[in-house]
Amino acid sequence: MITLRHNRVELALHEIRAGAGRPLLLLHGLGEASPDRVPSRADTWAGPVYGLDFTGHGASTLPIGGGYTAEILLGDVDAAINHLGEVTIYGRGLGGYIALLAAGAAPDRVLGAVIADGPGLTGGPTEPTSQAVVRLVDDRHTPDPYALLELGRDLRPADYALDFVRMAVTGSDLDEPINVAAVFRPPWLAAVAAAPGVAGLDVPEALALYAG
Amino acid sequence: MGIAVNEWGSATDPILMLVHGGADFSRTFDAFAPLLADAGWRVVAWDHRGHGDSDHTHLYSFDADLRDAVRVFETVAGHDPVAVLGHSKGGAIMTSLADAQPFRFKAFVNLDGIPYRRPGPDLAEHQRAEALGTELAGWLAHRRRTADGVRKPGTIEELARRRGTMNPRLSTEWLEYLVTVGARHDDDGWRWKLDPSMRMGGFGPWRPEWALFRMAGLAIPFLGVLVGAEEPMGWGTRPRHVEQWMPRHGRLEYFEDLGHFIHIEQPQMVADMVLEFLGDPA
Repeated sequence: MITLRHNRVELALHEIRAGAGRPLLLLHGLGEASPDRVPSRADTWAGPVYGLDFTGHGASTLPIGGGYTAEILLGDVDAAINHLGEVTIYGRGLGGYIALLAAGAAPDRVLGAVIADGPGLTGGPTEPTSQAVVRLVDDRHTPDPYALLELGRDLRPADYALDFVRMAVTGSDLDEPINVAAVFRPPWLAAVAAAPGVAGLDVPEALALYAG
Repeated sequence: MGIAVNEWGSATDPILMLVHGGADFSRTFDAFAPLLADAGWRVVAWDHRGHGDSDHTHLYSFDADLRDAVRVFETVAGHDPVAVLGHSKGGAIMTSLADAQPFRFKAFVNLDGIPYRRPGPDLAEHQRAEALGTELAGWLAHRRRTADGVRKPGTIEELARRRGTMNPRLSTEWLEYLVTVGARHDDDGWRWKLDPSMRMGGFGPWRPEWALFRMAGLAIPFLGVLVGAEEPMGWGTRPRHVEQWMPRHGRLEYFEDLGHFIHIEQPQMVADMVLEFLGDPA
């Protein structure tokens, strides 16, 4: 396991399968952690495969008192990319949304982001709503209950998600740097899937495309 | 995580919470709070996480600030309603809390912390994405170096001068005083206590006007205060931006010639207005 630093958080980056060539970076869903084995749908990937445990998940630091946002997890992925260099990302659920943000933030280093079904795909409401301000029982174990609460309701307006698609498409050499493989498509993801520069292949096909 | 709380006045008086804004701390109420305490209020203010004497922690967010606020309300007042004054971001946080947990509020003064829906700059979509890209790159660069970030040390005068660029309307004497309560003295000089990993501005999906929409439904006595003088920390909100969102029985006061830190510029005037609005503490 490789330990990366993001501000005061230590992030666990797992080498799931060694190899040569461009790494595939797996981003887990909300409340999950990196898998021990390469998922069957990614088994054909020729290069090394890594999994990143997000802040408050798996073997990464458990913060005190919550305060999660999707943008903080983007900072987690930025730390992983700085370590690995060019990557292709395969994200499940919440990890799929973060993969989109990363593809927009670093289009020259994220060579393809595959968004798949998984926990935390939807996010919270995109209009002001009543808000439960609650303190949770914190047993100092990952996954952090505050991560489940806050990242289960983080705001994902479609126009915000589309800004990241535009940044990815503008900055990438790939024709279609984003691929929506998810069957379930909440509003932000439906908007992303319909945007120019976004493919709709299943996971093995998309990874084959990005492997080049 | 430890949250530092400061109090002025008698512990048996009715509670008035003062909530500071971003990059501020509770001791910025040092001139204003005693005027309220002298009128019979137990004035209570806390340092937000990462600010003042409260602990620095891993993560910061508006929701986390809301949760910390509830912890202070619970500790100080249990489930009893109290009077609340929020300045700047503290006003926005308290607007959200008054919507989420109205039972905690007896009356609410929002001191230049009313956001409004800014008309977006007239940008084409690709320009908007470009602007976001620039902001994002700056933010990620900050996140990369913040692990070992420490604030720059300096003399009291130097720190006061730096803060003066954000607070151009406040006197040197006041800014130098703020250094002595908002900074700590290390061997190599004074450093602001504010967590260096925090950064003003930023980006994200949050729309500032969402707090504004919540204001319309508040049933508690409400006093909104807006100012007209432009300055770096100001929000630029004018009465015309917010009048349609005012609570039905709310009152709005506007001071054309005063700035965002109106309670520091004119502590006695603001205290008199707040005391008159709140009425007899008992």
